[in-house]
Amino acid sequence: MLRYENISVGDELPTRDHTASIVQLFMYNAAIWNPHRIHFDHAYATEEEGYPDIVLDGPLQGDWIGQVVTDWIGDAATLVSFGYANRRAAFLGETMTAGGAVEEKNDSTREVKVSLFLKNAAGEVTIPGHATVRFD
Amino acid sequence: MPELLTPEIKARIGDANPTLHVEVTRRDIQKYAVSTGQTAKKYLDGDEAPPLFHFGYSLEVLPPEKLRKDGIAEDKLIPPLPLKRVMAGSSDTVYHRPIRAGDKLAITRRLKDIYEKAGKSGPLIFVVTEVVIETEGGEPVLNETTSLIAR
Repeated sequence: MLRYENISVGDELPTRDHTASIVQLFMYNAAIWNPHRIHFDHAYATEEEGYPDIVLDGPLQGDWIGQVVTDWIGDAATLVSFGYANRRAAFLGETMTAGGAVEEKNDSTREVKVSLFLKNAAGEVTIPGHATVRFD
Repeated sequence: MPELLTPEIKARIGDANPTLHVEVTRRDIQKYAVSTGQTAKKYLDGDEAPPLFHFGYSLEVLPPEKLRKDGIAEDKLIPPLPLKRVMAGSSDTVYHRPIRAGDKLAITRRLKDIYEKAGKSGPLIFVVTEVVIETEGGEPVLNETTSLIAR
């Protein structure tokens, strides 16, 4: 179990790769009830909107960096805040790497701030993010 | 810098959508959990919702003929903007407690601010919305602030 005392600023959080299949993307858009065609209609996404392929949802990628935090803390801490920004598009078939690092520790509140990222194979950050967690 | 935002647009700041009332089911959480590739048992079992589960509640349930050609529902909260190119936005959430199976939630989305700034390659309009989720009993669950930029 992760302990506040064992965390140091600069620690890297475990990374995880995600490669969404068309079935996973369908399930995600069905789960959130998102009928935006660029996420499931290849002809529409490429011919009408000029994208190279079906577009991965921004909030799905946001969720992937959220999991870096929730997998890291398990039940050892509580998520206080979480944010992400859509910086560039990612497409079906791309393998995206989610990770993060410890930025700050506050001994009086026992809160830890982390920075988060989702990168494509070229190393470009598509979704940066941040989170704060609190230990009891 | 010329004012792009008319008094009519600015008058919309503070507007809110009608509060949405939802019951969170275990199955809803499970669908979200498997589709996002969660590994934690509490999420896969549907006991507790992952942090971005609530995003789906911002999408309206409408029949196909009420959607635009691209499949998106018109966002009635945000007035038509003089700049049409909408760039991807950001989301920041403060959590008071997790969403759990069986929760009865009241969800309110409000237009918090619209303002303009001079960007490097021309004017930018920032649109800020806030989603407040509480239980029907009034217990705070989360506050999400989202912003998007038009240029």
